[in-house]
Amino acid sequence: MSQLPDSTSDLSRRSLLRGTAAAGLLATPAVGLLSACAGSSTGDDKADTGAKTNDNPLGVADTGKVDVVVFNGGLGDAYAKFDVTVFNKKHANVTVNLSSTLKIKTEQQPKFSTTPADLINNAGADIMALDTLVNEGALTELTPLLDAPSWDDPNVKVRDTLLPGTINDGTFDGKVLVLNYAYTVFGVWYNQALFDKNGWTAPTTFDEFFTLAPKIKSAGVAPFAFAGKFPYYMRWAIMSWIWQSGGKSAVVDIDNLKPGCWKTPEVMAALEATEKLVKDGYTLPGSATLTHTESQQAFLDGKAALLPCGTWLENEMRQTIPSGFQMKLANFWGVSAADKAKGAVFAGSGENWIVPKKAANAAAGMEFLRAMFSVEGAGKFAELTSSLSSRAGSGDKVTNSTALVSAGEVMKKASGELVSFKHPDWYADIDKAEQNAIGELMAGRMTAAKFADTLQAATDKVAGDSAIKKFTRDA
Amino acid sequence: MRHGKARFVASFLVLPVGLYVFYVLWPYAQDIGYSLTNWGGYSDTQEFVGLDNYVRLVKDELIRKAFWHSVFFLVTVPVFTIALALLFAFLLNVGGRGSRAGVRGVWGSSFYKVVFFFPQVLSLVLIAIMWQAIYRGDEQGLLNGILMKIGLVDPEKPLQFVADPTPFLGVPTVLWWLLLIAVWGGTGFYMVLFSAAMQSIPKDIFEAATLDGATRVKTFFRITLPLLRDSVSVAWVYLGFIALDMYALVYVMTPSQGGPDHASEVFASVINFTAFNKGQFGYACAIAVALGIFTLLLAAVQLRVTRRERIEY
Repeated sequence: MSQLPDSTSDLSRRSLLRGTAAAGLLATPAVGLLSACAGSSTGDDKADTGAKTNDNPLGVADTGKVDVVVFNGGLGDAYAKFDVTVFNKKHANVTVNLSSTLKIKTEQQPKFSTTPADLINNAGADIMALDTLVNEGALTELTPLLDAPSWDDPNVKVRDTLLPGTINDGTFDGKVLVLNYAYTVFGVWYNQALFDKNGWTAPTTFDEFFTLAPKIKSAGVAPFAFAGKFPYYMRWAIMSWIWQSGGKSAVVDIDNLKPGCWKTPEVMAALEATEKLVKDGYTLPGSATLTHTESQQAFLDGKAALLPCGTWLENEMRQTIPSGFQMKLANFWGVSAADKAKGAVFAGSGENWIVPKKAANAAAGMEFLRAMFSVEGAGKFAELTSSLSSRAGSGDKVTNSTALVSAGEVMKKASGELVSFKHPDWYADIDKAEQNAIGELMAGRMTAAKFADTLQAATDKVAGDSAIKKFTRDA
Repeated sequence: MRHGKARFVASFLVLPVGLYVFYVLWPYAQDIGYSLTNWGGYSDTQEFVGLDNYVRLVKDELIRKAFWHSVFFLVTVPVFTIALALLFAFLLNVGGRGSRAGVRGVWGSSFYKVVFFFPQVLSLVLIAIMWQAIYRGDEQGLLNGILMKIGLVDPEKPLQFVADPTPFLGVPTVLWWLLLIAVWGGTGFYMVLFSAAMQSIPKDIFEAATLDGATRVKTFFRITLPLLRDSVSVAWVYLGFIALDMYALVYVMTPSQGGPDHASEVFASVINFTAFNKGQFGYACAIAVALGIFTLLLAAVQLRVTRRERIEY
């Protein structure tokens, strides 16, 4: 498709035809339904693009509409509503149809191959599997957006305004297909007020934890709560422990399906420490059955002292945080004195935003994302959600949250590379096997050795299945 | 004239039949079509792979597991639901004390009827969420809380209910707890169904039996049950479908939807995982077709087995 109309008459004839087609679709809904049948091929129905200028680097048409879908979960949708006003400052005549939902996959998958929205916040429990979207070639490459000037400063490209890891997190086989908007720091939460009262300090190693835990327990509080019903919450902790114990290469080997990757002494040290935490009875009784919000509420109610979670915790639980509760984040503690990556922090961008390949107005979808990465948009996001945006400096003006400030401190003390792991996004089979095994490990029904055997078997099975597309990452 | 009448009737049926074909039959046909491809679900390209998906299905361990779980529900859900519903219906209609003349239900039967029917009014997801609070695995759970208070459960080791994969009578415990909910939710409806059928049995038959000295148990097995055969067989087929589904309860209540560790996997949860998590829509469609064939066979067998001469009264 040409970026500029060849001539005015050509443009008007094309728009006229398109208008007629649109009217026809409205008049006969059955035809529209037919074309919505999943998997059936239809012609591309792309919107016009406008001229590319410095202020409009993606060439968004002056008029028309852009469909944006935001996940109305832990972060809410108020920030996206604000971004509409930011967007309309530069594109006053483009209508933004912003819809918010919890059911991203239920609503978007059926029309993904024909008439998807232009920009989708693919997040939450009802998420469209990224590996599938990538393998099916269903996403628009976002490189033009990264190379475009940023919203506020034409001399700085969008790619240079993002926090470390953001672009890497959205890169699949060298192509940037996803941009994550939120920047999350993971770790173990504690209540500073409770710890001060009892003279406890947040543990920095498993040894410190095992010394502190009996004291916490004798005070009538369970040392450690977790969301057993959704085992991927504990995966963040376990993968961080594996990274700290064995260094980056331990996790890279797991991601790259290397033979024996789960059985190294370093990985086993992390798994055995986790097993001991459960076997010694330091978890909140019943934690293995709790949902994330149930376990989080138990933590807020003072029934448990420590809780692994990400920085969205404060926003998610805002309604029920007791007064006087000083929510603070500590980094996941180390595994042993032999740790290879001491003090590594698990942080990264989350909350996928994608532009479908079949989007009618992909340019405007990307432009909306550019508006979201503005100083104004990202600052509002941090203010509204108490979470950092993956736009650098988004949280600079927020001071009224101990959670956000402590997360900033964890980031300042971070040493070496950020913890990251890819295999659950890459291989649905390993994801499932791993979540099941973590559930069993944390319920005390599986030993660390059996855990390693199970995961090694699942990894080897995927590695040997030629029907599954493989990804690799560099050490 | 006759011809014109047919056309007149047909003109009324065009819309509903059209809608039915478009929304019910056409998706079935599409599903069968996709089951012969390797479609991933998000693109408009797919390759024809013949019966590969069906060959794979037969060897799939997870499907075998889901199959046996479905068989468990297929046997237990109808047996327990029908037995309970029959018992309640009998007590509510003809189980009253025989000290006075006539045949009546137990005292307060009209009140019980409403109470037993109540779960039917709630949506299945609502029921699942409600039972989640009952089954909750810490001291705040209704059952755990009560049992801890009276000292039957160790506060350090609360009951895990739907997060418990350990076998009980050879079947994962989580399935028994799900069964309890299914039976609790289904009994009321079939009780009303059986009540209606019982009321259409002439009272003089019961009275004659009572005069001849038949006990209530005898009346039930010799008169009520044989005359309810039709209703029971219909209930059996319906409950078979419900037992094959069970998906809503599994999806809402169990850890990682079919867990823990695949202990509550049913056909529909495997289809969901295969289609939406693994992105293998073609294969998932094949599983769905297999489930459809299985359901049809089941219905045919059940209707065949329970077919008998009708008793007129």
